[in-house]
Amino acid sequence: MHIVDRRLNPGGKSLGNRQRFLRRAQSLVRRAVRDQSRDRSIKDMGEGGEVSIPSDGVREPSLRRSSAGGMREHVLPGNKQFTEGDTIPRPQGGGGGSEGAEEGGGEDDFRFVLSQDEFLDLFLEDLELPDLAKTRVEDLENPAWRRAGYSTSGSPANLSLTRTMRNSLSRRIALNRPKSSEMKELEEEIALLEGRGDEPDRVAALRVKLEGLERRRKLIPFVDPIDLRYRQFAPYPKPVAQAVMICLMDVSGSMTEHMKDLAKRFYALLYIFLKRRYRHVELVFIRHTHTAEEVDEDTFFHSTETGGTVVSTALVEMLKVLQERYRPEDWNIYAAQASDGDNAPNDNERTVSLLQNQILPMMQYFAYLEVKPEDEPLSLGLTSRASDLWRAYEAMDDAGPRFAMRQVRHRRDIFPVFRELFRRRGQGAEAERVGAS
Amino acid sequence: MTMHLIPKPLLFHSNDWDFDTIRRIYDACERIGVGELGLDVYPNQIETITAEQMLDAYSSSGMPLFYKHWSFGKHFAHHEAVYRRGYGDLAYEIVINSNPCISYIMEENSATMQTLVIAHAAFGHNHFFKNNYLFKQWTDADGILDYLDFAKTYISDCEERYGHLAVERLLDAAHALNSQAVHRYPRRSKPDLRSEERRANERRAHDEQMFNDLWRTVPRTEKIRTGNLDEERRRALLQLPQENVLYFLEKTAPKLAPWQREILRIVRNVAQYFYPQRQTKVMNEGCATFVHYKIMNRLHEQGMLDDGSYFEFLKSHTNVTFQPKYDDPRYGGLNPYAIGFAMMTDIERICTEPTEEDRQWFPEIAGKGDPMGVLRDVWANYRDESFLLQFLSPKLMREWRMFHVVDDPDRPDLRVDAIHDERGYRRMRRALARQYDVAWIDPDIQVVDVDLAGDRRLILHHNVVNKMLLESEDASRVLQHLADLWGYDVLMKEIDAPTGMVLKEHRASAQPIGR
Repeated sequence: MHIVDRRLNPGGKSLGNRQRFLRRAQSLVRRAVRDQSRDRSIKDMGEGGEVSIPSDGVREPSLRRSSAGGMREHVLPGNKQFTEGDTIPRPQGGGGGSEGAEEGGGEDDFRFVLSQDEFLDLFLEDLELPDLAKTRVEDLENPAWRRAGYSTSGSPANLSLTRTMRNSLSRRIALNRPKSSEMKELEEEIALLEGRGDEPDRVAALRVKLEGLERRRKLIPFVDPIDLRYRQFAPYPKPVAQAVMICLMDVSGSMTEHMKDLAKRFYALLYIFLKRRYRHVELVFIRHTHTAEEVDEDTFFHSTETGGTVVSTALVEMLKVLQERYRPEDWNIYAAQASDGDNAPNDNERTVSLLQNQILPMMQYFAYLEVKPEDEPLSLGLTSRASDLWRAYEAMDDAGPRFAMRQVRHRRDIFPVFRELFRRRGQGAEAERVGAS
Repeated sequence: MTMHLIPKPLLFHSNDWDFDTIRRIYDACERIGVGELGLDVYPNQIETITAEQMLDAYSSSGMPLFYKHWSFGKHFAHHEAVYRRGYGDLAYEIVINSNPCISYIMEENSATMQTLVIAHAAFGHNHFFKNNYLFKQWTDADGILDYLDFAKTYISDCEERYGHLAVERLLDAAHALNSQAVHRYPRRSKPDLRSEERRANERRAHDEQMFNDLWRTVPRTEKIRTGNLDEERRRALLQLPQENVLYFLEKTAPKLAPWQREILRIVRNVAQYFYPQRQTKVMNEGCATFVHYKIMNRLHEQGMLDDGSYFEFLKSHTNVTFQPKYDDPRYGGLNPYAIGFAMMTDIERICTEPTEEDRQWFPEIAGKGDPMGVLRDVWANYRDESFLLQFLSPKLMREWRMFHVVDDPDRPDLRVDAIHDERGYRRMRRALARQYDVAWIDPDIQVVDVDLAGDRRLILHHNVVNKMLLESEDASRVLQHLADLWGYDVLMKEIDAPTGMVLKEHRASAQPIGR
């Protein structure tokens, strides 16, 4: 008898099967994930969890008898009152054959658990960041250095001792440079013979030989300049692997809790998304009324201020933060602005010019999200109901692909809007600035 | 048997265990199982695994290695979800019919449970695997693990060569025909799975050696048919009728590539390996349960198991052999553990303390003594159907208060056809035994003809008994798979066996299978 302890064997033996299963049921699982994310709170958005898909899509058919029709026989235990020939009214619901429904079969949904990674992969599957990161990488503003082999010239600090000594050794062997041990032996022998003084001829011959060796040693140096090797470095474009996400929000009295909730959901989605793409993501919260300030997350979402609304103050504050802490060369900068669309009429021009001339050029992406009360009757034409800020932004020509704006009215719109903003491009440029919802 | 007057030391004192404990437990079980009960087992290999590994094993039919397919991933996901929600416990053990016989035991089992599991799996199931005629005839315990290793490598090679999608579609199709992939009657030779791998390699090497691109350029001569083969001869050549549909496809489907045939063969061989297990569920579990019950009781009698452990054992034993009544919400058919164990205990009783009734019903064994000898013979030579038909005693039918209900769609009500009385015993026993006859449970489907002269349509018959038709949506899906493999149209007729009337027809046309 052998006892084998398998507990330490690597787990995940059926991972390959699981991947095949997810691939097979891909479209179903994706739909399930999307449906579910609608009901989930943003906080749990990034977690895995149980999903259910219609079992029909992953059915394994077999030739088996249908459970209805035909003559059936059952032998059952636990007879209490029947005798032979008794009749029993047929039970409702098909009578349930003794062969129970097979596991996973039937009309029930197939439920199973997705891990966090699997969930997010499917959730964010065909989304991508706007195609701007590449251009940034190309213009090499912040190159990094990496090893690029060896060269014969360079600064002493970069001398590669190992390489140099390896060359030196092989050269010495190839040219047969006399070893010091060899010379020492010879000298000792001469000293010995001289001390005894009986073989002067032999001493002379040895001296000639020693001289020859010494000359040879001088001709073939221990380290020759041709042995020298230096470590070489070459610059390469280092992709910026960190991002900063700036959340701008109007917190004036006109913003209701509902609107803030919508904004928060959008920020959360953006955060999860950036988290998947960048190694390091930082968050900056800037709230504004007629003045703007940088605050922490809790204050950002939970305290109300009173005052008018001057959007440009927030943009100025943002510029300040960027200049102080986040240089565009080192950071991918994303910003999302949420507002109900109010702005002081005389501020619109300044806002647009700040955005267009100073902010957008250093942005990866700037999304403007206009949150609306849920119960506002649907406007027939968007233009008729468009807010001041909306109109101002809309008029901004040449905003380019770095800028997008959407309207959101209801919680369920958030995800579709988000998807629309970050959908993988390619099948023709979408009309970029058409209001959703 | 000797009475041990001096109690032996306890096997373990606490419910924690280590490998020494396991070895002590095993040795004690072996002494009783082999020494006293006369069991004959394959060498044992006991492997401790975690719950996650148990789930892994679940999803690959309990085998330690298996080829990859999405359906196993689906089963894993299902078991995992059930387990995580706490709806179901994992099995305490899994045992594999191989030589050496591998038993998995879970790490979280208590020492008592490990004793139970070792007695149950390493001796009960192991003895059954080694001695039952079906397993001897149909499975090759020596070769199975090597064969599965070969199958796994072969299929993953195919995935690399021909693409995931092509292999997946082929396996889907083959799995759909799984229950039509067994030979139900004995073959001439014992299966030898070891030679399967060698054979496949030889054939591939031969193909590679013989490959000569020039042959491709030689114009093909149209084969001239020497007249019409008459129907008899054609059927004989194609070995028709054939109920092993996968076998038929592997040998005759015109459009399959050699690797596709090999994969069909693998699926077929695996299905054949599991075929005896389906026919011996009651006996296999009954045997294992009976053996663990005997061993545990002896251990307790000999003082190697304290009362606390014994109660723990009794609790899980009674759980396992619990049979709810038909009107209990927990009722889900007859529990094979319960009926198997009850019948085997009953046989023991008949051998040692027969009643007058037993002498009438079981003249060969009643009062014969040597219950273990009788049981060993039963375990070796019966399957569920014949076992029930032969050994279900009137006493047990009365105890279980069995009754037989017939559901005839032409009548307004269900009718009680027989109960546990003198008039009903034999009829009821026959009806019950038939429910365990795999040939009766599985629909009888055969390939009957191929329209060679015409459009090469494949014709299958389902011989319908008692007007029980096939589940029609599944049937059309399976037929689609079948047509994809065959490469041409497929027609299946459901024929009422007594009258010969065609009750229903299913058709499918081939879609090209990925290659």
